[in-house]
Amino acid sequence: MDVDLMMRVYPFFLKAAVVTIELSVLTTILGLIMGSLGAAARLSRFAALRWIGAAYVSVIRGTPALIQLFILYFGGPQIGIQLDAFSAGVIGLGVNIGAYMTETIRGAIIAIDKGQREAARTLGMSQVQSFRKVVLPQAARLMIRPLGVNINALIKGTALVAPISVIELTYTAQRYIGSTYKPFEMFLLAGVLYMVIIYVTGRGIAWLDRRARIV
Amino acid sequence: MGLDFSVVPKFLDIILLGVLWTIGITAGAAILSFFGGIFFAVIALYTHWIIRLPFRLFEWLFMGTPLLLQLFLIYFGLVQVGIDLPAFVAGVIGLGLHFAVYNSELIQTAIVAVDRGQMEAARTLGLSRGQALRKVVVPQAVRDVIPPIGNNMIALLKDSALVSVIGVSELTLSAQRAIGRTYRPFEFYVVAAAFYYVINLGMEWVLRRIERRIQAAR
Repeated sequence: MDVDLMMRVYPFFLKAAVVTIELSVLTTILGLIMGSLGAAARLSRFAALRWIGAAYVSVIRGTPALIQLFILYFGGPQIGIQLDAFSAGVIGLGVNIGAYMTETIRGAIIAIDKGQREAARTLGMSQVQSFRKVVLPQAARLMIRPLGVNINALIKGTALVAPISVIELTYTAQRYIGSTYKPFEMFLLAGVLYMVIIYVTGRGIAWLDRRARIV
Repeated sequence: MGLDFSVVPKFLDIILLGVLWTIGITAGAAILSFFGGIFFAVIALYTHWIIRLPFRLFEWLFMGTPLLLQLFLIYFGLVQVGIDLPAFVAGVIGLGLHFAVYNSELIQTAIVAVDRGQMEAARTLGLSRGQALRKVVVPQAVRDVIPPIGNNMIALLKDSALVSVIGVSELTLSAQRAIGRTYRPFEFYVVAAAFYYVINLGMEWVLRRIERRIQAAR
């Protein structure tokens, strides 16, 4: 193992890790927004909205994220959407993970017993109030862990922006493998950084989950 | 520039060839990940810690890093140690190992859940430990996790698009080739997505049938 080389190039990997973290954070935020909208659509009273929500989940989960990203980044200009690689990465990955989060959020909401909502309604709360004050707080607790699983997948998924030349961890590893012919060393550098990011995120989610517990 | 799907039919042969390669690579990697998953699970549960340790390390590394990075490691790493495999083989190995790790997690849980009495009964009947595992415990455990393993295989199909990056001429790379000649990325990527979607639907259909069979057999 060429430790000297690793010591020489690791600052570039650290810089790339920052980009991976930025991508992960922004994608998480967009994913949560899309997931909430998606879940709302899927649980809507209106058939048209339910249908749109179902189509969103089905199409996005039924096709590769890489292709979705390519359609947005390379195909976008043809339909008037011109994005730089980083923005395309965030939007593409966010819309993608949003479909998975839609199912997570929807699952947590329908897991809350119907009686809870009926009881709230009986107490004179409006439909919106009963959802906001009774169903959602309970569902939110149930969501934390499965959303954590989505976020874990999302962090690893940010590697998909390497082929559209966003200079994040995987792209950096690929470039240095090409110029140094040391695939194992470069894998290790990038891999350790990914695992640190995933570990810290996992601890954060476990902490949130503990705090949200009632008992 | 506008959209013009009329250029697609001329390249349909390239795309369909890509579809075949995608199905081939998915099938190859699925088989490898299935048996690899069983292998890793048995090692994790039944071997001495000295043997177990490197496997744990490998598992840990493969679960914590992106598949794309692993593909680069396998493709270029094998070349470095003097094994020059065709991209297709490297792709099957990379995808197969990646999903073997995930399958192993499922199978481990299932093996533990199979009643201890099953192993004891098999041993009492004179089967060796290996035989008992192979003929009694593992088959029952695997049956229990066919549905989640099936979901992993559907994820594998979608992740097979990543091997285009190391130069396997599957569906995604075929679309790229057509784009290189026509400069129509939107049209060809949408067509590729449509094919993935159809294969995906087919796999889901098969999986549901298998699930129903298992349910009925119980």
